[in-house]
Amino acid sequence: MALTKVTQIAGTAVHVPGTDIDTDRIIPARFMKCVTFDGLGEFAFYDVRKNPDGTDKPHPLNDERFTGANILLSGANFGCGSSREHAPQALYRFGFRAVIAESFAEIFFGNCTTLGIPCAVAAHNDIVALAKEVERNPKLEVTVDLLEGKVFFEDQEFSIIVPHTAREALTTGQWDPIAELLENKDAVDAKIRELAVVA
Amino acid sequence: MGKTLFQKVWESHSVATLSNGQTQLLIDTHLIHEVTSPQAFGMLRDLGLKVAYPQRTFATVDHIVPTDQREEPFSDSLADAMIKELNRNAKEFGVTYFDLRSGKQGIVHVVGPEQGITQPGTTIACGDSHTATHGAFGAIAFGIGTTQVRDILATQTMALSPMKVRRINVDGELRPGVYSKDVILHIIRLLGAGGGKGYAYEYGGSIFDGFTMEERMTVCNMSIEGGARAGYVNPDEKTFEYLKGRPYSPKGEEWDKAVAAWRAVASDADAVYDDVVNIRAEDVPPTVTWGVSPDQAIAVNEQVPTVESGTNPEQRISIQEALEYMKLEGGAPIKGTKIDVAFVGSCTNGRLSDFREVARFLKGKKVAGHVKAIAVPGSQIVDVLARQEGIDQVFTEAGFEWRGAGCSMCLAMNPDKLVGDQLCASSSNRNFKGRQGSPTGRTILMSPLMVAAAAVTGEVADAREVFSLSA
Repeated sequence: MALTKVTQIAGTAVHVPGTDIDTDRIIPARFMKCVTFDGLGEFAFYDVRKNPDGTDKPHPLNDERFTGANILLSGANFGCGSSREHAPQALYRFGFRAVIAESFAEIFFGNCTTLGIPCAVAAHNDIVALAKEVERNPKLEVTVDLLEGKVFFEDQEFSIIVPHTAREALTTGQWDPIAELLENKDAVDAKIRELAVVA
Repeated sequence: MGKTLFQKVWESHSVATLSNGQTQLLIDTHLIHEVTSPQAFGMLRDLGLKVAYPQRTFATVDHIVPTDQREEPFSDSLADAMIKELNRNAKEFGVTYFDLRSGKQGIVHVVGPEQGITQPGTTIACGDSHTATHGAFGAIAFGIGTTQVRDILATQTMALSPMKVRRINVDGELRPGVYSKDVILHIIRLLGAGGGKGYAYEYGGSIFDGFTMEERMTVCNMSIEGGARAGYVNPDEKTFEYLKGRPYSPKGEEWDKAVAAWRAVASDADAVYDDVVNIRAEDVPPTVTWGVSPDQAIAVNEQVPTVESGTNPEQRISIQEALEYMKLEGGAPIKGTKIDVAFVGSCTNGRLSDFREVARFLKGKKVAGHVKAIAVPGSQIVDVLARQEGIDQVFTEAGFEWRGAGCSMCLAMNPDKLVGDQLCASSSNRNFKGRQGSPTGRTILMSPLMVAAAAVTGEVADAREVFSLSA
């Protein structure tokens, strides 16, 4: 399947600090009562962005200075908890095209990759330094370069880690594996027959 | 050199190496529910694909199904639409469906083992992070996203990278009033909410040898709360005894062949692990969470941590944020914290043995006047078995509401929700902000008996004292 090659994400960034930010926080369960993912964007981080009466709470994603940011910066174990793909789907529909964090929970990482959203691991100090720059200049142009394995902004740069398999899938435009999985149908059938004999 | 169960299952289920280096892994058994499957079937239709092996996918309704109203149409029109979608998809694609009328409906992780669908040495996936529950049978079981649900429906395989294996030994003897729930909360507290990243946890040692299948399920269930996508216990006689005679278990000659294969799939005595952690069972206390991440846990007789106790600035911020959200004071005892709601249920602790153990001590006691207490069996079968033993009556006489089967207040996608900043003593698995349905609702995780102790006293309490268990 011909998909976009995700090699570089350029744009502006916003910092949502915190460790162990779980997928319930990214998309509260009550918004999962839907049979498509289409309307999820407006509910991203809903309960930390909104008061019960629907008015805004102070939150980086409500801050007009960061409107239009497409790169999300966060802390360790980002996306932990529930396997809900609604979380990356909500982030994507909110406008995010890349996430840079100190570490990612595994299921969330896989879900993002399958949607073509790179999750890049960076050192705490690098993320904090970039967040400071973004705070000073919200329109700072930030580039996540998967081929170089680096994030660039102004005259600065820092290294990111994207596991080989995810980088390969993203940069070659094969982040949705369905076509390749379907191609191997004969091998799957053979494997099922083989295991049936063993059991 | 010996192999772990994980390595054996991984090798036997690898179909191909994909161009990005990941493995195309055969998934023997696919479980689906109403929340994470509708979009997957939608994608399948968009691509003009069929379900490749419909007999390998099993469906039930659990996440949003009401626990009081049990007939369609449901008063929540969105919930009703989602369940109708599953009804339609199961029928159209020929998938086995344990619906509300089947008498077998329930939380997907309770239903699988109950039906004998969950078997050793298999790979099991489900669009739900608590799928590791099935690892209690020596299966490699893990949660997936909806696009991967699509992949498995279409191909019976998915793309995955292998995990490392961390062996966690718990040896010795658990003290009275300490349960399997305490064991897993203790493990998560020690290793952290992200500590298991990249690993499958293999649980072993004398404690796991002695555990029942249901106790093993409780531990494996919460592997993901420790960051491990999969967790398992090697299959043994208890596993085989549990599975024998269940509807989907092999029969006759097939059974003997299956048991031989299951024995062989267990980790070899000389297997090499990527990491080993040893825990003394005597060190495991009745454990409760105090914060908004499952690793923010303490013994019931400890004090809530202070901000200053954080070892680095990030940790101090996390503690402060958690204390503020939970409205708890650092340095104060957790015991005596007033609760508003008590919940016994969920895929972690919604099985017959959970209700049976609580009933043993709850008999003759009353829930405190200000506490709303609900008990939600994990499946219709658990419900029937509990009723046969009069367990439902013990709960209702004490002041609990006894409900129909489902996930209920664990994630509150149905009408069972906290209101405002209510504090819930909960036998479920997540204390995340807003997890139980109210954006300001608060959760303290604990064992079912500790929930009962909290329900009876109206505050976080030590079950050993409330129910006179000798420590």
